[in-house]
Amino acid sequence: MNTQPILTLDNVTKSFGPVTVIKGVTVHVHPGKVQVLLGENGAGKSTLIKMMAGIHQPDGGRILVDGNVVQITDTNASEALGIATIHQELNLVGSMTVAENISMGRFPRHFGLVDKRTMRQTATAALAMIGLDIDVDQRVGDLGIARQQLVEIAKALSLNARMLVLDEPTAALTKREIAALFAVVEDLRKRDVGMVFISHHLDEIASIGDSVSVLRDGEFIAEVPADTHEDELVRLMVGRSIEAQFPRRREWDGPADTLLEVTGLSTKGVINDVTFSVRAGEIVGLAGLVGAGRTEVIRAVVGADPYVDGSVKVRGKDLPKSNIGAAIRAGVGHVPEDRKGQGLVLGATVNENVGYATLATTAKSGLVDRTGQRRRAQDIADQLRIRMHTLDQPVGSLSGGNQQKTVFARWIVANSSVLLLDEPTRGVDVGAKVEIYELMNAITAAGGAVVMVSSELPEVLGMSDRILVMSGGHISGELAADDATQDAIMTLAVRDVQRDNEDKLMEDGHE
Amino acid sequence: MNKVATSPAPKKVQGGSRAKKFLADNGALVGLVVLGLALFIATPDFLTGPNLLNIGIQASVIAVLAFGLTFVIVAAGIDLSVGSVAALSAMGSAWLFSQGSMPGWVAVVGGLLIGTLSGAVSGYAVAFGRLPSFIATLAMLSIARGLTLVISDGRPIATAPEVSFLGGNLGVIPMPIVVLVVAGLVAAFILNFTVMGRYMYAVGGNKEAARLSGVPVRKVLITVFALSGLFAGLAGLLLSGRLDSAQPQAAAGYELDAIAAVVIGGASLAGGVGRITGTLVGALVLVVIRNGLNLLNVSSFWQQVVIGVVIAVAVGIDSLRRKNTPH
Repeated sequence: MNTQPILTLDNVTKSFGPVTVIKGVTVHVHPGKVQVLLGENGAGKSTLIKMMAGIHQPDGGRILVDGNVVQITDTNASEALGIATIHQELNLVGSMTVAENISMGRFPRHFGLVDKRTMRQTATAALAMIGLDIDVDQRVGDLGIARQQLVEIAKALSLNARMLVLDEPTAALTKREIAALFAVVEDLRKRDVGMVFISHHLDEIASIGDSVSVLRDGEFIAEVPADTHEDELVRLMVGRSIEAQFPRRREWDGPADTLLEVTGLSTKGVINDVTFSVRAGEIVGLAGLVGAGRTEVIRAVVGADPYVDGSVKVRGKDLPKSNIGAAIRAGVGHVPEDRKGQGLVLGATVNENVGYATLATTAKSGLVDRTGQRRRAQDIADQLRIRMHTLDQPVGSLSGGNQQKTVFARWIVANSSVLLLDEPTRGVDVGAKVEIYELMNAITAAGGAVVMVSSELPEVLGMSDRILVMSGGHISGELAADDATQDAIMTLAVRDVQRDNEDKLMEDGHE
Repeated sequence: MNKVATSPAPKKVQGGSRAKKFLADNGALVGLVVLGLALFIATPDFLTGPNLLNIGIQASVIAVLAFGLTFVIVAAGIDLSVGSVAALSAMGSAWLFSQGSMPGWVAVVGGLLIGTLSGAVSGYAVAFGRLPSFIATLAMLSIARGLTLVISDGRPIATAPEVSFLGGNLGVIPMPIVVLVVAGLVAAFILNFTVMGRYMYAVGGNKEAARLSGVPVRKVLITVFALSGLFAGLAGLLLSGRLDSAQPQAAAGYELDAIAAVVIGGASLAGGVGRITGTLVGALVLVVIRNGLNLLNVSSFWQQVVIGVVIAVAVGIDSLRRKNTPH
């Protein structure tokens, strides 16, 4: 490339204590180009981003902006150089308006008071730059996550950013929202804004990126064009080729007993008359659009939320309503959607987190079985290859994949045979994804039953034995793994079950 | 940067860095030792047997209150009512003995029960009424103090001899110090070795994750407030035992000392973190500062200023340290 890069990280290194996390990595960001950083969790992407944002300073190597060596001592310095970082956790105040957020920290003043007119104009201009048409007086908290992200981008642009760092911007977005975001990226490209893009979705790279820097274990592996084949990208990332992305095996040859039976389940206003069952050795995928009621079904089944009608049976026995303890005792395990918010106590140790579901059952007269608990945690950590320094480190210091394996470990230790997984591989890198799939294989091979909610259709198609599709709180259809396609799932996912039923009633009435 | 842990594996820890880690984890203890050394140099009256026993006695009420409060703070709650509940328990106990003509042991058990019950009521309000613990216990602060005044009609009531015994001596050792040690051991045992204790950390660290893992969150919440009430009741008996009478305005404002002790001891008001040893050190820091300033003839007005600064500095240092430890 002939153009002068906006930013260059030149042979940078970074250590935390005895651990070197970045070893001589070089990355260029060119105007009007999207540089993708690709690597598993823990490969060093976040650290590189934090160097660009001024949160971390490199121990070795140089940072160049427009060819000049600079020190980015803090986030203000980074901003002053025209670098804006859009973190996954957005930097917006939900209770304040779009206009206030865009001018945050530099409110225009008029006689010492906030000059609301100028503020609105600034906001309108900033939003116009990315073609976002929303009311600047709306509270940011009332916007969806996708629009909040765009507001944050608009804010960065109004600060004259000429380089944007996007840290997994698509993780929480729907397909349509992603398309809208990519349109904005395309537009920024024309305005010569340089961009750094991180994503775990390999299929996004070709459509959005120009060039890909692959990292592994803190080292620079290769820089390849963005249209490189996905399999090759995976190979570069994990250092070995992954035979199949979805290694589903059916190895249970015992009786196909029905382990979980859900009948006529309805909750207040969300899910309606949901009926399904899962047999031993089976993985049932629960697909559908966000908001279709998939998570609500799972939460009602495991006892996390109440339901108004219907029944849940495990191995033929009724589970009491909204009683998590009873569900766990019956062998139900739940891997929730939001690992950090609902799955783990991040500040507590790996040991503790593995043990929560079994503390009471293994206790002797109210006292924790500390040795047994430790032994079980160590065994399961070895078995699941949870990468950690010690059982006593906070689980929050593990990578996403290892955190998720810790949640699984809790249920395996508890001998759960019916597992309900809500987006089990979200925010998990490719290598760890395969390990989680293997874990699901192992659970079903031992005669367990799995329900998996996933928004990633390839995953649903690749790992499920049967696929239930939800739409508007109803089960809109069921597909066998062999004849399911993405199109078939999407057709069911947008079906209006309520209306279909009413139509049918009408017809029946006429005939 | 998730994969990297800042603290290296224990087996690799060298002697020096282990000491460093100990110091970093026990900032309050270091502060206490430094404080002790400074006072030892400043005045010959500090490091004497009688003065140290005096410090122990003075620390006992605050420390016992703070032990109970540690359960609540570990579970991410706050209990503002401990001072009032201590007074109510003491008054109730004295009333049972003086007006109700109950035997002394009934007065002791009754006092502890009143404390436990008051705490449990706050706990119910938090667990089932969905009141923030700040509000529920602010209400209890007022209710318990009011009831204390109602029972006593605003006048002191004499305590049972069994209660006065708690304020007396066991040989050369003052009973409050014995009670302090026993209460501390019991509290530490509950937090570290019982299922309920570990649940408290889980609920304080992440209530929703704990609930979804089968932790009975409401039961845990009621238990922590009931325990806080029980310890407050014990502190109340200690206090009234020393004076041989229950005072209607006893322990007013002690909740702030107790919160300060827990926080100086390294617990986080955000929950999930806190140890009984830390709380004990926190209580001792407060008492030693007061004691030292008294010995140095500093006015009690200025003492309040100093205590305020110490709280701010101690917690400030602690949160700076946490911030510098990326995870």
